[in-house]
Amino acid sequence: MEAIDIFSYFLLLGLLLSAARVVTTSNVIHAAVALVFTLTITAVIFLLLSAEFVGLVIVMVYIGAVIVLFLFGIMITRAPLGENAELDNDKNKTVALVISFSIFGLFSYILLDSFDGQINITEGTSTEILGQILLSRFVFPFEIVSFVLLAALIGGITLARKDNALVDEDQV
Amino acid sequence: MSFGSEILLKVGVVLAFALNGAVIFTLMDVKASAWMQRRPGPLHVGLRGLIFPLAEVIKFIQKEDIIPTKVDKTIFKLAPAFVLFSVFGLFVVVPISPTLVVVDLNLGVFYLLAISTLSTLGVLIAGWSSANKYSLMGGLRAAGQLIAYELPLILAVVGVVIQAETMSLVGIVEKQIEWGLPFVIAGQGIAFLIFMIAATAEMMRVPFDMPIGESELVMGFMTEYSGIRFLIFYIAEYINMFVMCAIASTLFLGGYHIPLLPVEWVNFYGPVSVLTKTLLLGFILVLVRWSFPRFREDQLQNIAWKILIPLSLLNILITSVMKVVF
Repeated sequence: MEAIDIFSYFLLLGLLLSAARVVTTSNVIHAAVALVFTLTITAVIFLLLSAEFVGLVIVMVYIGAVIVLFLFGIMITRAPLGENAELDNDKNKTVALVISFSIFGLFSYILLDSFDGQINITEGTSTEILGQILLSRFVFPFEIVSFVLLAALIGGITLARKDNALVDEDQV
Repeated sequence: MSFGSEILLKVGVVLAFALNGAVIFTLMDVKASAWMQRRPGPLHVGLRGLIFPLAEVIKFIQKEDIIPTKVDKTIFKLAPAFVLFSVFGLFVVVPISPTLVVVDLNLGVFYLLAISTLSTLGVLIAGWSSANKYSLMGGLRAAGQLIAYELPLILAVVGVVIQAETMSLVGIVEKQIEWGLPFVIAGQGIAFLIFMIAATAEMMRVPFDMPIGESELVMGFMTEYSGIRFLIFYIAEYINMFVMCAIASTLFLGGYHIPLLPVEWVNFYGPVSVLTKTLLLGFILVLVRWSFPRFREDQLQNIAWKILIPLSLLNILITSVMKVVF
């Protein structure tokens, strides 16, 4: 067993513990901070598998944008300090257990089936290859995704802006 | 050298570099303000004010580290660490000569932008966990500001990346050596201005210091912090200023290379070149800080969304067209 393997096992242990903390804590902000640790460890695991780009995208998009907006949203509306009893939901525990175990089983099956327990770690960076494939073979799906994002952007602006006609008639 | 000792050496050098940089920038800040406003402290007291940063650090360390009863203790203690680690992480890819760099990542620029978003998180949770209205307002203002100014910062750098055809910081400097001119002259002048304005906003320095705004919010998200934890926020601000100026000088001002000097000697004058450019940029920021009043919150958002972002998109468009044409 090499040093990197021991390091990976500690990382995976930390990942499990912080992920468990996300769902067990009854404080929204604590859950968000635990989620930050979960995502950071995930990013580090991707870095260890030499998928630099995916690791950094996780840091930038999920931690830098999604979690920050999430915290921003909680704080601007209501952010009680301390425990929040509403977050303890005991009624649906069986359903949650069944769903999470079936998702776990499904993912494990797919991973074992397609990779056969072997993970190929390539030397060097795969980002250049990724970029070239994205703009040659997958250029049509790429454009479709951009179009969907543009539509979401325009939709967001439409929802958020004041309607001048309504303001004039004092209806808002 | 074994892997472990190499890592230890690199961490030590980064720490020494960052902390000394912060001390020099603090000194520059207080000295400039003392000259402009005739403050006797940093101007005359103790070796003509040179030991001012030392006195400041000793003062903060011997103060009591007060943790108010109603704060969320875990998160309250965690927040300064988030801010400090994110600014230390920025040093990893900044080269001060072709070989003197911690790691020359292929995705250097992307790494910088990803890591710099982490400090937003620290500021937000510091504001929330303090259980104080001023802190919460400060944290929210900081988050709004950092989200708005992250976009022009990223988009300004995209222009440089397109022109250099690489994301590695060493590669970007090599490209500027190849062109013979730093990018700020060779086509990225607007991007440089946008980058510096957005970076000042990211550092939350005057005229973008509404999150701290001592005349309105006491000390913003830092209100409840005292002693060594306050010192961590304070040092992190200056380290951030230092590293942001170093990044700007690498991306736009040619980094470790000075035009007309022979490229073979770059290992000798490289570090001096980077540090001189960094200090010059820092001095401009200091002058701006002591000359301009604070913006209003709506003016700040208008500058980001209505001026800087369209300008930086235009810059990307022009750069791409020039790239295809030439």
